[in-house]
Amino acid sequence: MTTLIEVPEAEPGIVAPKSKSRSGGGLGRYIVVRFFLIIPTVFILVTLVFFLMRVIGDPITAAQGGRLPPDVLAQRIHDAGYDRPVLVQYFEYLGQLLTGNFGTTITDRRPVVEVLTTFGAATLELSINALIVALAVGIPFGLIAAQHRDKTSDAVLRFFAILCYATPVFFSGLLLKLTFSVWLGWFPVAGRASTRTELTMGGLAAPSGIYWLDAIRSGNFTALGDVAAHAVLPAIALGLLTAGVFLRLVRTNVIGTLGKDYVEAGRSRGVSEYRLVTKHAYKPALIPVITVMGLQIALMLGGAILTETTFEWKGLGYQLVQYLNARDFVAVQGIVVLLAIIVAVTNFIVDIIAALIDPRVRY
Amino acid sequence: MSTPTLTPPRQPLFSRLPVVSHLKKSVGLQRGMLIVGVVLSGLFILTSIFAPLLAPYGYSQLSDASGSFPTQQAPGGNHLLGTTVGGYDVLSRVIWGSQTAVTVIIVSVAMSLFLGVALGLLSGYFGGWLDRILVVVADAIYAFPTLLLAIVISIVISRGQSSFWGGIFSCAFSITVVFVPQYFRVIRAETIRLKAEPFVESAKVLGASSLRIIGRHIFKNATRTLPLMFTLNASEAILTLAGLGFLGFGIEPTSAAEWGFDLNKALADTSSGIWWTGVFPGIAIVLTVLGLTLVGESINDLNDPRIRGRKRAGRTPVLSATPETGTSETPAEAGKP
Repeated sequence: MTTLIEVPEAEPGIVAPKSKSRSGGGLGRYIVVRFFLIIPTVFILVTLVFFLMRVIGDPITAAQGGRLPPDVLAQRIHDAGYDRPVLVQYFEYLGQLLTGNFGTTITDRRPVVEVLTTFGAATLELSINALIVALAVGIPFGLIAAQHRDKTSDAVLRFFAILCYATPVFFSGLLLKLTFSVWLGWFPVAGRASTRTELTMGGLAAPSGIYWLDAIRSGNFTALGDVAAHAVLPAIALGLLTAGVFLRLVRTNVIGTLGKDYVEAGRSRGVSEYRLVTKHAYKPALIPVITVMGLQIALMLGGAILTETTFEWKGLGYQLVQYLNARDFVAVQGIVVLLAIIVAVTNFIVDIIAALIDPRVRY
Repeated sequence: MSTPTLTPPRQPLFSRLPVVSHLKKSVGLQRGMLIVGVVLSGLFILTSIFAPLLAPYGYSQLSDASGSFPTQQAPGGNHLLGTTVGGYDVLSRVIWGSQTAVTVIIVSVAMSLFLGVALGLLSGYFGGWLDRILVVVADAIYAFPTLLLAIVISIVISRGQSSFWGGIFSCAFSITVVFVPQYFRVIRAETIRLKAEPFVESAKVLGASSLRIIGRHIFKNATRTLPLMFTLNASEAILTLAGLGFLGFGIEPTSAAEWGFDLNKALADTSSGIWWTGVFPGIAIVLTVLGLTLVGESINDLNDPRIRGRKRAGRTPVLSATPETGTSETPAEAGKP
């Protein structure tokens, strides 16, 4: 859980004795306990979302209210079971979730799971691209800022980090589109690939939906170039949002470790300042970056919804907005619940990685 | 405290106010950032107050005495920042938008402060099963993408409602649900720490009621970090409001001006090279969030002695800092290298 992460960052001195007194189980026990903590998180979110979405009435009236005659509407509601008590529906819904059934969308009558597998790959691809941009920008700049603490380069970089945070992804996306697509014409305006590339990749047996992989498998370099060109602007827009967070985190932590005794000892032995930053202070400072990366997944998914809408990147977020506008709340509920599970599982994995690297995290 | 000689003289209220006291102990670059932040935030608040005087037209005005406004007109002439595809004046909508943003910030932060602080104090002080349930729920909500949660809440509340206050409250409440867990966690952690302090124990020994201990002793000590959270959350509130507006869950253009909504409408204009409909509301968002974040960040850095910029002994600091704001006012710093 997130509380476990933040304690060692804030008060490292307090945690060390605490973990010593409790270290009966070791890593295996930590993983098991941490895994079972996912269940209440997901359960609470599922319950919350279910009841919130039912407060406003049944999904069929919401989606097709004014468009169907009342008797047909009532029949549909009865067929779908929305006229039963809410608690009965709730337990049935929980049972369905356990068997992997997220419901069927109302507007286009597709199983929600199918929607998720179709569009999930696009969101995954966008998130990975953005994460690469964020790390490639955030870590080196953070190191530079820490090394030149309180100098002009540090000031500029810190301002850049705040600017990254202050700019909504849809605005940075709009600016990138205006500059690089409309005025300079370097990159395509929107979408994940041009129609011809999608046709090329559509011929593949069992396409993965991740265009990078599909383009490489098709062996067509034009297709690969096309996919890459489409990926650049959305990745930058979403990546910069997180890059600022990484930059500040790396900076603060490297400044912290640079003051430690072992770094001072290295300095007194004549280790160069550059080597001190890149070899000695760098690695311990990365542990918080990994833990925060888990928290960033939630932020990134939120950002992905906005980025996908800005660039018409047909992923889960784009699809979610389509369903929202169509008032298809079964689909919305399915996507939201799935995203909740993804966030919980990612946080779990990140916590395990953090525990593997830093023994102090284990309880 | 009957012996006044033991207590240090209290400084006047003005210099103990959050931002003012931080301004005094800042130096150089940090002071510059804080000042820029205060100026930007001040401009934002002033614009929102004087929007009726500043804006050349109303936010939903489509025509004046000389006829209907042209659509998608480039900046210049009667419309300094141009007009949108619907014929709205961009400058007017940018100015009026600040009023919407301020209202949403005030409503949402006030609601989440009240709920978060109250729940945090109760949960931290009494502990037990209530505490456990609240912590699990808060953690579950906290780990969830804020925008998704805001969307769900906004569906529940507004259901396509578009009046000014209906829209404001649905946005503000969506943001509140996102923020309450954050306030709750901070206040709860502080309360648990303070509960073990000697002054709480002595109050208990003296027979003070739980309500009095929470209200007088813990509340005042636990809420020190709130100005920081307030500024950081205010900027996040604007971003969430704009995000909701961008996805079409904001306030209708006829009820109020909202920057995110305008950016959504401007998205279609970009491919034909029309930049003014999107760039100006976007800049308004960035400057506002930037101002609030700079204030929040500076307060955060100044509260943390590990990050705080240190004054150089014997030399005048690099930027605009004046020497007389020296060590006498910050005795806590004197012992540090």
